[in-house]
Amino acid sequence: MRALVHVTLKPDVLDPQGKAIQHACSSLGYGAVEEVRQGKLFEVALSANSEEAARKVLAELSEKLLANPVIEDYEIVRIEA
Amino acid sequence: MFSVIQLPGSNDDRDMRFAMKSILGCEAELVWHRSSELPPGTEGVLLPGGFSYGDYLRAGAMAATSPVMGAVKRFAEAGGPVLGVCNGFQVLCESGLLPGVLIRNHHLHFVCDFVHVRVERAAAPFTSRVREGDVLRIPIKHGEGAYFAHADTLEELERDGRVWLRYCDADGRVGDDANPNGTLHGIAGIGNARGNVLGLMPHPEHAVEASIGGLDGLAILGSLADALGGGRS
Repeated sequence: MRALVHVTLKPDVLDPQGKAIQHACSSLGYGAVEEVRQGKLFEVALSANSEEAARKVLAELSEKLLANPVIEDYEIVRIEA
Repeated sequence: MFSVIQLPGSNDDRDMRFAMKSILGCEAELVWHRSSELPPGTEGVLLPGGFSYGDYLRAGAMAATSPVMGAVKRFAEAGGPVLGVCNGFQVLCESGLLPGVLIRNHHLHFVCDFVHVRVERAAAPFTSRVREGDVLRIPIKHGEGAYFAHADTLEELERDGRVWLRYCDADGRVGDDANPNGTLHGIAGIGNARGNVLGLMPHPEHAVEASIGGLDGLAILGSLADALGGGRS
């Protein structure tokens, strides 16, 4: 199966990189861009018997490794056979 | 004997061993990350600075899963002293041995400079050679050194005296002007509840000889050597 896991900084965590990117947007003339928050997207290929089983493994992995729960949230965006 | 943990991408491992061995006269051995046990006779563990695993994923995150960290955790849980410096501090946080996390410096710059830190807790095994309020001059060099934790964790750290070192100016004043990276509460180093695990961003192993900028690092490494009964300088 193939899955997408999206990891984002929690709203109360400062994101200096996102801020720098937002500034760069303005420098390019896109003043309409008000905020950018930078995250990570993981494409994971795994073998699992069912979507439910894959979801369970991905949730465990996200909590243990892909995201740091102190500063980040994760979302399993998609699982495809 | 000190075990200096060598992770792929550690780069202060030899400096740490040099400080403990050649300057302080202690036994110190490098221990490769694949070892699932610490060498027999280990009385203290040092996690050095560097960029373990190229800082992939998050600084310290990959190292936290390496075999040697299982042994370090058992050692810490048994009460053995563990000091993590810079990347070592990041590894301790990612391993769950210390709360919170080190995040990107708020100004995004890599900082490489001497800074001042105030001793907030003077106690064995890490700071018995100094007194509370003493100011040490020690270098930092990091891009991800801003300590972050949620309000309840910070409150607990402050209440229980677990902030061992705080950034300050040369006169010991803490504040935004003396904060090099946006770290919360000016935190430069925190410990676990039991007081046997300490993580700090400043590098005491880079301040152990007058010819390279000072001796203040010995306040910390020397305290650790004393705790093991081996320090000579």
